[in-house]
Amino acid sequence: MTPTPIPLAHRLARSTATGAADTAARQAELARRAAAAGLLDVAVATVDSPLGPLLVAATEAGLVRLAFTAVEDPDAVLARLARAVSPRILTAPARLDDTRRQLDEYFARRRRRFELTVDLQLARGFRARVLDVARDIGYGTTATYRQVAARAGNPAAVRAAGRALGANPVPIVVPCHRVLRSDGALGGYAGGLPAKVALLALERDAA
Amino acid sequence: MRSRPFASVVAEHGSLVLGVLTRLVGRHDAEDCWQETFLAALRAYPSLDEGANVRAWLVTIAHHKAIDHHRARARRPAAGAPDGDAPSDGPAPPVPDADDELWAAVARLPPKQRLAVTYRYLADLPYRTIAGLLGGTEAAARQNVRAGLRTLRLEVHP
Repeated sequence: MTPTPIPLAHRLARSTATGAADTAARQAELARRAAAAGLLDVAVATVDSPLGPLLVAATEAGLVRLAFTAVEDPDAVLARLARAVSPRILTAPARLDDTRRQLDEYFARRRRRFELTVDLQLARGFRARVLDVARDIGYGTTATYRQVAARAGNPAAVRAAGRALGANPVPIVVPCHRVLRSDGALGGYAGGLPAKVALLALERDAA
Repeated sequence: MRSRPFASVVAEHGSLVLGVLTRLVGRHDAEDCWQETFLAALRAYPSLDEGANVRAWLVTIAHHKAIDHHRARARRPAAGAPDGDAPSDGPAPPVPDADDELWAAVARLPPKQRLAVTYRYLADLPYRTIAGLLGGTEAAARQNVRAGLRTLRLEVHP
């Protein structure tokens, strides 16, 4: 039986397939050339963790974003980064190698302090001060929203402090998970409350 | 363009651009041209209009990188360098190592027909854009596509 001939136009429209390994290598080379040309404004990578895959992004100034892809849509995260920082975003694991290593060590309970440069350009004014206060909350300890607001210079701005922590662009590294309500309740967490519980438990058990 | 990360442009169009470049410069040189195309695109990306046809824009950049590639090869005293320097002149690319007799036949077409067929069917560009890349009228672009298809129909098994 003669097979139905495929129209020439359709055959011409079919592109040669390219393998996944080739694609990854091609993208890695592009990232390398972009960095060398000073065009890699934002490098992104995915880091596996006990809380699911983490999307991490870094500018030349430092870690600018960490997102829990289990609860936050990665496309939406990248779209917001494109608007707020720069659309020159490429998958570039190399720039995030140190971040990946330190996160691995943290989850393995071999690290208590992150030695990473953080780019807090996505937080301004009071929000930035709140995040700075959060960075000083020690591993395995907690503070209240009220205490954080006071240390950030506005003791009455408890709800604003809560919102600032909820909008923390780099959770885990800036440990907003260590902030609880005065009555001992958890409060909120952008990565989802199960993640907050897990992080607190990890640090408590290791302390 | 600020609303879409460049990474998604690479993911969406990378494969197509590689295919187009393979038709223009052959498999081996397509990789380097691909890198140069996307690096140039990355540089220009923030200035690109929000509503722009990204695919056509990328293929246009790729077209010019392929021309640069042919010109660079022509300047080297290697065997088979062409005489012509016009935009769509250049040696027919070495037959790609694909097993497809169709693309081998496309590679044997005269340069303007090869480009016209590639841009019309593989890259799905409008005739106005193809005319701009070939450096002629829309009517001439259509004629190049028709002539190319005529030859392919004679040479290739259905």
